[in-house]
Amino acid sequence: MNSSAPTPQAVRAIILQQSKRANVGHIGSALSVADIVTTLYGSVLNIPRPREPDRDRFVLSKGHAALALYAVLYLKGWISPEQLNSYCTDGTLLGVHPEHALPGVDFSTGSLGQGLSMGAGAALAARLQGSTRRVFALVSDAECNEGSLWEAVMFAAQNQLANLIAIVDVNGQQALGYTHQVMDLAPLADKWRSFRWDVHEVNGHDIVAMSQCIAELNTANGAPHVLIARTTFGKGVSFMESQIKWHYLPMSDAEYATACSENGVTP
Amino acid sequence: MRDTFARTLAELAEHDPRILLLTGDLGFMALEPFSTKFPERFFNVGVAEQNMVGVATGLAEAGFIPFVYSIVTFASVRPYEFIRNGPVLHRFPVRIVGVGAGVEYGSNGPSHYGVEDLGLMRMQPGLTVVAPADSQQTRTALCATWDLPGPVYYRLGKDDKTIVPGLDGRFELGRAQMIREGIDLAFITTGSITNQAVAAANQLAQDGISAAVMVVASFNPSPNNDLIELLGRVPLVLTVEAHYTVGGIGSYVSEVATENGLPCRIIRCGIQEPFAGISGSTRYIEQRNGLSAEALAHTARHAFHSLPTPIRESL
Repeated sequence: MNSSAPTPQAVRAIILQQSKRANVGHIGSALSVADIVTTLYGSVLNIPRPREPDRDRFVLSKGHAALALYAVLYLKGWISPEQLNSYCTDGTLLGVHPEHALPGVDFSTGSLGQGLSMGAGAALAARLQGSTRRVFALVSDAECNEGSLWEAVMFAAQNQLANLIAIVDVNGQQALGYTHQVMDLAPLADKWRSFRWDVHEVNGHDIVAMSQCIAELNTANGAPHVLIARTTFGKGVSFMESQIKWHYLPMSDAEYATACSENGVTP
Repeated sequence: MRDTFARTLAELAEHDPRILLLTGDLGFMALEPFSTKFPERFFNVGVAEQNMVGVATGLAEAGFIPFVYSIVTFASVRPYEFIRNGPVLHRFPVRIVGVGAGVEYGSNGPSHYGVEDLGLMRMQPGLTVVAPADSQQTRTALCATWDLPGPVYYRLGKDDKTIVPGLDGRFELGRAQMIREGIDLAFITTGSITNQAVAAANQLAQDGISAAVMVVASFNPSPNNDLIELLGRVPLVLTVEAHYTVGGIGSYVSEVATENGLPCRIIRCGIQEPFAGISGSTRYIEQRNGLSAEALAHTARHAFHSLPTPIRESL
């Protein structure tokens, strides 16, 4: 098993290699959150090992970015090379969307608008059990279209779930268009603020800034926290960045070669 | 059943701190036995049933046994996808409690009827479905299932007073309860409507027709063997449910009969008509759909006399 700390370069390499091997899409979404999951699994989450009862929890509410999660789970040494290479093969536990049956995945996701509720329940559970553990939920900006997400937002504020930290991956894109064209979320930070959350606007590719922001949060008392993380869809691959079609497309051989060369990856 | 549920749950909660109760802002004059005794374990999550199920999923992952409570349709149909992707997919011990099954919310109208939940819930693999016929069976069933490792859906009525004669509170997972023997035909029923089937059987007895009544309160596991035994010895079965005839107990009994090649004739009695804005008392809506004792007896009588003569004479 590999056991190096995740780096953004290593995470991106795995995203490119595995999505090419499996010939699947959602590459841009995974690249968008690569630095966020690297931050969480690098220095933030207190997880001695998967399934440890009092570990911090992580909900990848935007489940379609699961390949980024698999990459960090692999780099942490919690899934084997064989498991990683089973991504999107028959009988695998590593599908396009993450499944709880895979140790390291706290909650199955894939249907948008559900993860933050589960995270809120997990945060309430920690409080009831007298634990200081925290719960992180990574949601997409387009996921904020879902009314159910705002049910969870209100519930967390009402119950002052200070140990709940939502991170919104604001890449400005959704499946069929740019978010401002489909269902304009602006002013997104003000929306969360008006729902009585503690709001922080960060660069979703700045690992140091995100780590520092999270370290300074009061997770013992007060309002739940949200990081409005501005990101670039497809970050690191020039022809994918901010391009709608890369929500779905797999890479051709030529595109893969370009993506690898831009990221120092051996194809 | 509702009051009995709350009282019984409060008793169980005394012995197990994992039990929590969440409500979607419903349960006035019903949940107080629990909420007053365990205010720190009782959560009114507001009118947000999807979030309620999601929160319960998160609580269950950490080892709690959360019960979520609402009117049947708001507890089941509204958050259905949360139930599927949460407790069902994770196999977590979340308990979904729906109250007012069928058309018990009578004049509140179709928005408050729970007439498709049994079908929706029994369709989910690994989701145990418990649909008691009276308050005594509610208590027994809750005591038998509250700590199952997987998720459970409880389909409850509001009435705590009416008792089903002959049931005596019996409940067993994966079993049906025979509450009246008979050889000419059988009613197979579930939930509060059971008493209409019992009354219909009484009326048929006056005509010399011997009708059995079987109660099914457990689905997933379902009482297939009990059904096979009954369907193998009566020529005619009427399924009776305060539920659409598609997906509920009528469908279930038909599945068992077909899969086992049983020649029994099955007539599904349940909600057949689209509501089209019509509401009224529970009794009225049930009558309109042929679910009164008189209508059930009439249907049974007609069907029995329509059976081919050799079958009737062989009984």
